Amino acid sequence: MATDHTKPLPVAQPESDHYWEQAANGKLVLQRCSDCGEAQFYPRVMCIHCGSRSIEWIESSGRATLFTFAIVHVPPHPGFRGDVPYVTAIVELEEGVRMPSQVIGIEPDPDQLRIGMPLQVVFDQVTDDVALPKFRPVE
Amino acid sequence: MPNVKRLKNLSGSASIVGVAESDSLGKVPEKSPLALHSEAALNALDDAGFALSDVDALFTAGWSTLDVAEYLGIQPRFTDSTSVGGSSFVIHVAHAMAAIAAGYCEVALITHGQSGRSDRAPIPRNPGAPMAQYEYPYGIIGPPVSYAMACRRYMHEYGEDRTRQAMAEIAVSTRRWANLNPKAYFHDTPLSFDEYHDSRWVAWPFHLVDCCLVTDAGAAIVVTTPERARDARKGGVPVLGAGEGHDHSMISQMPDLTRAFGRNTGPQALQMAGVGHKDLDLAMIYDSFTYTVLVSLENLGFCGPGEGPDFVASQVTAPGGPFPLNTNGGGLSYTHPGMYGIFTVVEATRQLRGEAGERQLETCDLALAHGTGGLLSSTGTVVLGRS
Repeated sequence: MATDHTKPLPVAQPESDHYWEQAANGKLVLQRCSDCGEAQFYPRVMCIHCGSRSIEWIESSGRATLFTFAIVHVPPHPGFRGDVPYVTAIVELEEGVRMPSQVIGIEPDPDQLRIGMPLQVVFDQVTDDVALPKFRPVE
Repeated sequence: MPNVKRLKNLSGSASIVGVAESDSLGKVPEKSPLALHSEAALNALDDAGFALSDVDALFTAGWSTLDVAEYLGIQPRFTDSTSVGGSSFVIHVAHAMAAIAAGYCEVALITHGQSGRSDRAPIPRNPGAPMAQYEYPYGIIGPPVSYAMACRRYMHEYGEDRTRQAMAEIAVSTRRWANLNPKAYFHDTPLSFDEYHDSRWVAWPFHLVDCCLVTDAGAAIVVTTPERARDARKGGVPVLGAGEGHDHSMISQMPDLTRAFGRNTGPQALQMAGVGHKDLDLAMIYDSFTYTVLVSLENLGFCGPGEGPDFVASQVTAPGGPFPLNTNGGGLSYTHPGMYGIFTVVEATRQLRGEAGERQLETCDLALAHGTGGLLSSTGTVVLGRS
């Protein structure tokens, strides 16, 4: 378990406590509007599609496709010096929302990464309390 | 929605009378960001033939107008710290016009100063903000990573090889303009296509030379009424059209990675000015990255979606070409302290006044300046004319 984590860590806000608590339990949760039925990333107190305040939590299947990516060679923060090159991504979840993440378990090579490739969420336990949802190619 | 009919009445109701940079640009560790603001402010007022005591409105971004006004020793009666990234200062030009037309003020000062290279105390971000919470932990930090992801999506939709060629065309043509600008960081350094393709990776698909400079610099603009512009040292450059807005903050939440907000602000600014794309003699388009220019040209309507690579082919945007673009050498090769937008207006004004030296366009009666801020988040567009 990483105890010397030098990368930026999420500072949860009241509306995102549940998101980060569930991530630490190995679950990716999203919000869905009880009125219009649309899902959203990231957690808010209202629905960005219809303005409703009736929001419920759902568990994502964790199935996603690669929407786009970059391969980072120059670390944008000292905490990532040992990680370059690494793959940042925007993934599209099966529930229809896009979220930022990393693709791991693949060579950081533009020819290996294919937009639209299927991915599955995995959880990277970066400190005792924090796990980051990341994505791995589906075999 | 913007009421274009009413906006047309606003067209030309304020003029730019002063533009300037700070005394020095590039590596300026001996000056603070507020010193750069102040130098630029005094230089722009001097350019206008106005005094600091004439100023009754202050606009800035990055810093609060509270800090800048106190440092300058002024007490503005209209204040605007709209801060939406590098486009802010282009937006300030429009806000200044609206405030002047409404009667809030007569002499508006817009200042910028940033020590991108040498800052001893960069402004930190709120760690609870969504971007810090959901993107930073993944190393999605700063513009290169975010813009690179947008560019990769564009390549997927419109073809990787032709996108790459377009990015090279923009890097090389912009450098050729910088070679004509004595104030440009890369004034003495040419760039070949081979050097472009051999440049090291920052965040694939971006080479180092796809990315703007990181410098220390300041700039300022003075805007006033058409009446007071007649007394200005060099007359006035009328503000004819404007548009502003934004559609996301984090790159992962951008509705369409290949369509930034210029899709709205470009057509609005041109409509308000009552002119078309073909009437423009100069396009100053914020080039945080080569890709930013490519996508902005499409968004602004100079060409259709996916047509940018054909539009910029064969160095048409270089000196002597039929589509002069970023004639100061841009953020890529002239200067880029972090929020570059103000410099697009400075250069457009100089070209319209005919004072751009070796790089002066033969004809320049109408120019468009377009800023992009944040992570392709906000845009501000203005159309400027000649008095």
